[in-house]
Amino acid sequence: MQRSARLFTMLLLSLVFVLAACQQAEPTPTPAPAAQPSPTQPAAPAASPTPAAQPTPQAQVTKPTDPIGVLEIKPGEPIVLAWMLTVSGGTAQLGEDSKRGIEIAIDDLGGQLLGHKIELVGEDSGCNPEGGQAAATRLAANPRIVAIVGSSCSSEARVGAPIIDQAGLVMVSPSNTAPDLTDPAKHVNAYLRVAHNDKVQGRVAAEFVVNKLGLKKVATIHDGSLYAEQLANVFAENVKKLGGTVVAQEAVSPDDTDMRPVLTRIATQQPELIYYPIFNPAGSFITIQAKEISGLENVKLMSADGLLEPQTVQNAGQASVGLYLSGPDLTVLGPKYQEFVQKYQQKYGTKPVAGFHAHAYDATMMIVEAIKKVAVQAPDGTLYIPRKALRDALYETKNFQGLTGNLTCDPNGDCADPKIAVYEVFSTDTGNWSDSAIRKIYP
Amino acid sequence: MAIATPRSFLSGRRLEASQLIVWTIGAVLLGIVFVGSVLTLRAGQYTAAQWRDFIVFGIAQGSIYALIALGYTMVYGVLRMINFAHGEVFMSGAMTTFFVADYLNRSGFLKAHPWISLIALLLFSGLVSMTIAVLVERIAYRPLRGAPRLVPLITAVGASFFLQYTFRGLFGSGVRAYPAIPVLQGKLWVFQKTQIAVFVGVAITLLLLLLFLQRTRAGLAIRAVAEDREAAALMGVDVDRAIVTTFAVGGFMAGIAGVLYALVFIQVQFFMGFLPGIKAFTAAVLGGIGNLPGAAIGGLVLGVIESVGPSLFFDGYGIRAAHQLKDVIAFTILVLILIFRPTGILGERLGGEERV
Repeated sequence: MQRSARLFTMLLLSLVFVLAACQQAEPTPTPAPAAQPSPTQPAAPAASPTPAAQPTPQAQVTKPTDPIGVLEIKPGEPIVLAWMLTVSGGTAQLGEDSKRGIEIAIDDLGGQLLGHKIELVGEDSGCNPEGGQAAATRLAANPRIVAIVGSSCSSEARVGAPIIDQAGLVMVSPSNTAPDLTDPAKHVNAYLRVAHNDKVQGRVAAEFVVNKLGLKKVATIHDGSLYAEQLANVFAENVKKLGGTVVAQEAVSPDDTDMRPVLTRIATQQPELIYYPIFNPAGSFITIQAKEISGLENVKLMSADGLLEPQTVQNAGQASVGLYLSGPDLTVLGPKYQEFVQKYQQKYGTKPVAGFHAHAYDATMMIVEAIKKVAVQAPDGTLYIPRKALRDALYETKNFQGLTGNLTCDPNGDCADPKIAVYEVFSTDTGNWSDSAIRKIYP
Repeated sequence: MAIATPRSFLSGRRLEASQLIVWTIGAVLLGIVFVGSVLTLRAGQYTAAQWRDFIVFGIAQGSIYALIALGYTMVYGVLRMINFAHGEVFMSGAMTTFFVADYLNRSGFLKAHPWISLIALLLFSGLVSMTIAVLVERIAYRPLRGAPRLVPLITAVGASFFLQYTFRGLFGSGVRAYPAIPVLQGKLWVFQKTQIAVFVGVAITLLLLLLFLQRTRAGLAIRAVAEDREAAALMGVDVDRAIVTTFAVGGFMAGIAGVLYALVFIQVQFFMGFLPGIKAFTAAVLGGIGNLPGAAIGGLVLGVIESVGPSLFFDGYGIRAAHQLKDVIAFTILVLILIFRPTGILGERLGGEERV
């Protein structure tokens, strides 16, 4: 009895301390982040966002108004950019690679934008809808964020983008490819992407299989994720269009480890190629186990950009040799890209580990360009960024010279200049990815 | 527990409405399964060899479930408690052993002495898992021995998360590829050699476990505590020690299961314990929780159903991508068994009939 009474008082005391600490901490963050158009400042009608590419401090600069809010950055405060990528679990390399692209972009800017330091924050989105929702909610709760580079996986954006939209932020994805996300009926205003649409990737993959390899009977496997299911379907449609047949369309779950039963099912239809545009580790389980199934000894395996990373080869070892992977074509990119790869190697001691580092770099630079267009600098050094104007500026992006090509955004948020290639794994040596393990074979 | 209603079920003369509904659902599900199977078999899409393959895959997966399920069921038998951290005990053995295996592989020892390496790996993994299991018992369960039954359940979930994220912090969140053991590559008749290794490993472990429980004093103590803890204490059995032994033995088997799992799937990750843990728990309930042969049979049944079920039950209806439904099938079967045989396939045992 006595003991519990003492425990209770101690708890009470600690609660008091915590509260006191909160009280103290509260005043420090300066108020009015993302201030609404304040009614006390009816001011001039000229209060509409005055785009100033070269923010020249003018005497009359007032705070702009904006339908979704204006972000106010005081002198000395950083401009906060955020990433929302998958940096843990089986898909970690995909997100980590993109994150490095953002970091290099910030390095290239000297860490500065319009006289303010750039601060990078981020959330792990885990390559699943739940992770996307959680990460988006946490980012949406941070009023200092200007824009977000993300997400990695399409399923994250499906649930995350509406949350970002609600919060008045804007996101540019370096690697979402599902057609659904920029479908006019489902597209949300806050969402843009610089990655290719899978309508293109699925078509190129199908052309490669039917025209180049001359294979007519294919099977597909997806993992129920938005990306995989849509890409598998686009691929299947295109194969049919080109005169091939799709003998089986199967599905697994991303947590499955034993793929032998589903592969045995597929074996009954005797396909010549299995297309499984999914992620690791499920993808590598299929790569390993397919060759063990009687009836599939000679089947060709093909996957897509979700597996275009060293992990795929490391996990599956010898079984991955001969695997075809479609993905962004990095070999046709110009000298600017080679320069970027040099910086990447210097900074991280390795060549790029997945396919979407350059896209992330471009996404960051596109955002920076748009910020420069819409930001208004007050004489006292305060920077105002109107959020709706920022979105509009991103949609107005035209002929933006990025590493991945000439980016032009359409009203549905597709900004990519899609270049797709098919690679083949020829060695298990991932020490010098990508040169040492994969080579481009199409087109 | 979900299995706590058999008495009312059997003794109640008049059928209550809820029971009628449950029985109807059960009967309908059975009907669906039966019709689907007949349709599939008549369509003749699969050859006999393919059915045999399905069953072999199922048994390989099922024997690993069985090995983990034994740990659940032993702890339940002794403490009447579900040790939800058991899946993580399994993971910790496999994860830690990865580093030993990787070292052996790179030094070439693995190739030169595959059998010695394999046994060393099994023992090492067993010991790591055993240590973790004993620590979990000591830290998360023993201080709460007298507490209400829900409390250790909650600390179990806590311990499970703690272990998962400790391993994530220590070894990173990436997937690591286990070195393949050359002598276990390829096929022997219709089996993969790794699958044979799993069957043999599980069989030997089970045999040793039975011998341990039946022939040693420590085993006798465990059985006595499972039968009636107070009486055992009065007869001079050191209850705490018997409980620690239970955790140690369960942990050791989980560690062995971890290496066998890694042999079959060639990769490990910090989250790998979660699903097998849940499945093994299901297997334990399926076979009759607290019942050792039950856990083994439950594991095998679950593995085979998961492997054969989607094709057998759903192909006849022309359902596409049926394999995605394998978890639905597994858990539906669990519900069915609990409806028609509330104590599991072999019935609850190891402890007496006392239920709270």
